[in-house]
Amino acid sequence: MTTILEMRDITKEFPGVKALDRVNLSVAKGEIHAICGENGAGKSTLMKVLSGVYPAGSYDGEIHYDGDLAQFRTLNDSEARGIVIIHQELALIPQLSIAENIFLGNERARNGVIDWNETYRRTEELLRKVGLRESPGTIVDTIGVGKQQLVEIAKALSKDVKLLILDEPTAALQENDSRKLLDLMLELKAQGVTSIIISHKLNEVRYVADTVTVIRDGTTVSRLDAKGLSEDKIVHDMVGRDMSNRYPERIPAPGETVLEVRDWSVWHPDQAERKVIDAVSFHVRAGEVVGIAGLMGSGRTELAMSLFGRSWGRNISGEALLHGKPVDLSTVSGAIAAGMAYVTEDRKHLGLILEESIRFNTTLSNLKGVSAGGVLNEGEETRVAERYRAQMATRTPSVMQKVGNLSGGNQQKVVLAKWLFTEPEVLILDEPTRGIDVGAKYEIYTIINALAAQGKAVIMISSEMPELLGMCDRIYVMNEGAFVGELAAAEASQERIMSLIVTE
Amino acid sequence: MTMQSVETSTGGGEIRAYLKAHMRDYGLLLALIAIMVFFQLVTGGTLMRPVNITNLFLQNSYIIIMALGMLIVIVSGNIDLSVGSVMGFVGAFAAVMIVELHMPVSLTIAASLLMGAAIGAAQGYWIAYWKIPSFIVTLAGMLVFRGASLWLLDGQSVGPFPPSFQLMSTGFIPDIVPDTLSQPLAAIFGLVKINVLCMGFGIAASVALVWMGLRARAREAAYGIVGEPVNFFWLRTLVVIGAILFLCFKLATFRGLPNVFISMGLLTVLYAFVTQNTTIGRRIYALGGNEKAAKLSGIKTERLTFLAFVNMGVLAAFAGLIFAARLNTATPKGGYGLELDVIAAVFIGGASASGGTGKVIGAVVGAFIMGVMNNGMSIMGIGIDYQQMIKGLVLLSAVIFDVYNKRKQA
Ligand SMILES: Nc1ncnc2c1ncn2[C@@H]1O[C@H](COP(=O)(O)OP(=O)(O)OP(=O)(O)O)[C@@H](O)[C@H]1O
Ligand SMILES: [Mg+2]
Repeated sequence: MTTILEMRDITKEFPGVKALDRVNLSVAKGEIHAICGENGAGKSTLMKVLSGVYPAGSYDGEIHYDGDLAQFRTLNDSEARGIVIIHQELALIPQLSIAENIFLGNERARNGVIDWNETYRRTEELLRKVGLRESPGTIVDTIGVGKQQLVEIAKALSKDVKLLILDEPTAALQENDSRKLLDLMLELKAQGVTSIIISHKLNEVRYVADTVTVIRDGTTVSRLDAKGLSEDKIVHDMVGRDMSNRYPERIPAPGETVLEVRDWSVWHPDQAERKVIDAVSFHVRAGEVVGIAGLMGSGRTELAMSLFGRSWGRNISGEALLHGKPVDLSTVSGAIAAGMAYVTEDRKHLGLILEESIRFNTTLSNLKGVSAGGVLNEGEETRVAERYRAQMATRTPSVMQKVGNLSGGNQQKVVLAKWLFTEPEVLILDEPTRGIDVGAKYEIYTIINALAAQGKAVIMISSEMPELLGMCDRIYVMNEGAFVGELAAAEASQERIMSLIVTE
Repeated sequence: MTMQSVETSTGGGEIRAYLKAHMRDYGLLLALIAIMVFFQLVTGGTLMRPVNITNLFLQNSYIIIMALGMLIVIVSGNIDLSVGSVMGFVGAFAAVMIVELHMPVSLTIAASLLMGAAIGAAQGYWIAYWKIPSFIVTLAGMLVFRGASLWLLDGQSVGPFPPSFQLMSTGFIPDIVPDTLSQPLAAIFGLVKINVLCMGFGIAASVALVWMGLRARAREAAYGIVGEPVNFFWLRTLVVIGAILFLCFKLATFRGLPNVFISMGLLTVLYAFVTQNTTIGRRIYALGGNEKAAKLSGIKTERLTFLAFVNMGVLAAFAGLIFAARLNTATPKGGYGLELDVIAAVFIGGASASGGTGKVIGAVVGAFIMGVMNNGMSIMGIGIDYQQMIKGLVLLSAVIFDVYNKRKQA
């Protein structure tokens, strides 16, 4: 097999951070090549070097692509050679239609006038190719994340792609959507497209990849043949030691009911006649980890956000009791004061101030804890931020680093730290391990268990069913805005959950 | 990425990183000094004459005072186009109260500040709770209060004010050593007579600056935060102290500390403290940095926005009083276009139009850069036409410098 891409001794430094240190990557033509590594290992950075986001000259080392030395100065340079990258964060414009997004910057036009017939015809072709049944005129905002991901791929295909790079494409996807996407990758492979995929979901890596390169601390650790490769071997190379257990042990010791919600109903904020949450009732006990399972769009996030200071929805009705007493959760500050915390699934938009430091973000929800009489104590702030950085093993040169400069997984740890610092009694975690590597997941699970052991009530929303099954004492199953079942840990299984969803 | 490599990497890289990140702050200071030296040379020394330095402070006091409020508004992610007109309107309001209705000065000042707060609240209400873009609300406010000034004054200038009112702007703090003593003393030694209070103030401010700087450094060191390289710290501090002592000396050889210098100085210190060291300041930066995230962090974003405009209204009213007192009359067109100088000062000072960044000190220095240019160019006899073009280009270059810096860092 010929080699299509050879990256040699790539070194990339940011102020105070050596993100890549003589990394080597070699990709064979026509294969699917997976890159694995911990959060902050340098995977995304390596791909940005490859695609010209970081122009030639801003890094050391050589890139040989398709026979010659590549020196891309911009994304356009690499695209012209058939390299298309789909970034960790989706880059679609939500207000535009699928067709407009696909041909953005690459419009089917004559003398600047868009040829809509051609645009729609080509879009339909591409959508058929990626197996997405939507009309080209559909506004991107109105379709789910899974479908949006497919639109991204259709967009990549519209550019005559030779090397497709996908940075954590399935992080936000449900299992069946993920599967669709991976099958599409296999199909593209059959058509001769080479792909690089970055993922923390090792079962998926094993499913699609031909070769796996593992990166640790900015250097290449190993290049493995995916045939017969075990997940444990990948994990071992990623973290540098054996990890026998994915979920830390916990002896459940549930106490009294902390939070009880009765007949919670919520209407859509814009579509007056749409009831998004329908008379949901549930409870969480002290020291209990309760999961909410459901498909994307089943209303889990909406339920959590409407509870947390009415941050979502209209005409919210129902009752919330904390320790048996009615509690006013109508404002976020009230909810926080009552002891609730909500770790959002959308860290970039709802969780963090990206332009500010780790320290700034860590203390933001509990400024009282680091101030006296309204005056901040910076020393105390630093101490707090350092404590959480150590506890979560956040990878950063300093707590003064801008959060926007952290890798995705490390940003997630900062969001978690921020809410832990409010010392909540009820902690709602919405996809808490999205984009987080196996080692860090274990650390986060350990923290969750420790909270439960302290008598906190934890609600966990997750699209990764194994995670729910591994962590929770009880699981509520949600579908189309209503709870359709409740399973104790002992009786819960992936099949039981799915069957509850489907039979409704 | 290797943690070890960070720790063992040569200090050189970190220093460079620090300087890169703070290029803007040094650049601003250097720009102010360069501009002052330039005009000192081309005006043949007129710029730094004691009387002109004193004038410089008097002329720019109201811009600086409004820049403090504007910084907060801009950091919170908004803009206020109405401040010039509000300032003119409040000046007119005070003139009518004092000159036409013969109200006492203290009552007038209190009523005027309240009026400012009410105007700020009226605009802030729509912006904060109705989510109407501040650009539109304050554009409307600008038109409304321009008209209101005209209407209130009936198209006439109203003045003059009683001396007690004028003092607010044109008065000086009496020296602790009476002239009758210092004058002959200076004569004996053949020196110029200086205002002891003013010089003492300069020295005290310098000592305080060094002390606070050292304390901040000690704190950073204690927490292992990479701070300013030590030689840069001293160089910068010496330059700033030198400038303070020099300016105080100039003021001291004229009439001493102007009253408005004190109010301006106190307000600057207060706002610098509030924005950098208090929870409310922190929340304003969070609001401007990411409103949704701030809200989900329990910050009452609406109320904060509202308060930012109330605060702006009060400062605009205060500026209006000083302005009227300085001119000793309220004119129907008072404050026209001043909002642009204020906004320009804040942007020159490094604030970003999208909110979340900017510092009080930056805004004040930005205002001085504008002020020195206005003053210097007027002394040189450059026409208002060229002055405006030059100021516009300076604003643009400052922002280009910002954007360029950001790109280099990425
Ligand atoms: N613009 C930047 N400025 C400073 N540091 C950066 C910048 N971009 C990335 N880094 C640092 O470089 C390291 C590698 O980051 P990168 O995003 O490549 O990690 P990753 O392997 O993709 O991690 P994840 O799995 O969490 O997405 C991290 O420590 C990150 O903090
Ligand atoms: Mg990444």
